[in-house]
Amino acid sequence: MPTQCDEIALVLPQAVDAAEPVALPMRRHIESCLRCQAELARYRRMLRGLQMLRTQYFEPTPGLLAQTLASITAASERRAVTSTLTKRRIAYAGAVAGAVAAAGTTTAAVLLARARRRTLPV
Amino acid sequence: MATEHGTGEVPDLATLVTAAQEGDRHAFDEIVRRTYVDTYTLAVRLTASEEDARDVVQEAYLRAWKGLRKFRGDAQFSTWMYRITANSAATLTSKRRRQRTVQIDDVADPIETEVALHPELATENVELMNELSAALDELPPRLRTVVILKDVYGLSHEAIAEELGISVTAAKVRLHRGRKRMRDLLYEEAGSHADAV
Repeated sequence: MPTQCDEIALVLPQAVDAAEPVALPMRRHIESCLRCQAELARYRRMLRGLQMLRTQYFEPTPGLLAQTLASITAASERRAVTSTLTKRRIAYAGAVAGAVAAAGTTTAAVLLARARRRTLPV
Repeated sequence: MATEHGTGEVPDLATLVTAAQEGDRHAFDEIVRRTYVDTYTLAVRLTASEEDARDVVQEAYLRAWKGLRKFRGDAQFSTWMYRITANSAATLTSKRRRQRTVQIDDVADPIETEVALHPELATENVELMNELSAALDELPPRLRTVVILKDVYGLSHEAIAEELGISVTAAKVRLHRGRKRMRDLLYEEAGSHADAV
């Protein structure tokens, strides 16, 4: 095989679907070289066949659909439980924070009132 | 969805996806029913194992259900599902790579539904597809995955790279090597037989 045919053989796998541009001298060589044309035809046939594989289907094993739907249901339920728990935790934390804030405010007010009483002249 | 179920109309996939995005679980179940054979087929091709393909299908639909709101509809739902399936298969394959070898002989033969529906698809094409399936099984998983996603399912290099966690350049290199290996498997063997005769 001449050197140029070797070089072209290297680029054909990516040039076959026109994804990568082929240099003009190489294109001209392919047009005039039966060996390279045959090689290009092999790749094109292969690519066409691969695209046709989309028409083939494997028959799923029995129970796959039911198992898939069941696993989604289980995951949804887990998520719902987690979400409820999270909401409750947030509400509980909010209530505790509110109570602490209220207690703090009350304590501060009492201490302030006592301090005022002490500083007032008799 | 309730009105469509009530009137007996068959909603298209896009309508079902929209309904499912709004939280309609029945719509999502219907999506699974309509697409799971396709998803399973891709999973079998990627993993070369029916057992692994089952796990990939379940994982893929779980991910799809959780991430459905992120689907923007700028691509087809089937393409989005292929990407999730490829990602799930890559995750599972990397987990199991060290556990055991792949048993490609366990995989049942595919059904040529289009050939059954369209007799004009000649026997020659069926033979070619069988040869290609056998050659694909011979490829190393890294190359096989890229060839399947690009040449069979038409995903872009960018999408493949993203789902497999590799660069676009790496995806292109793998495709190049995969196609070259496929060509050698298909034609070198035939050539050597011819030479022998």
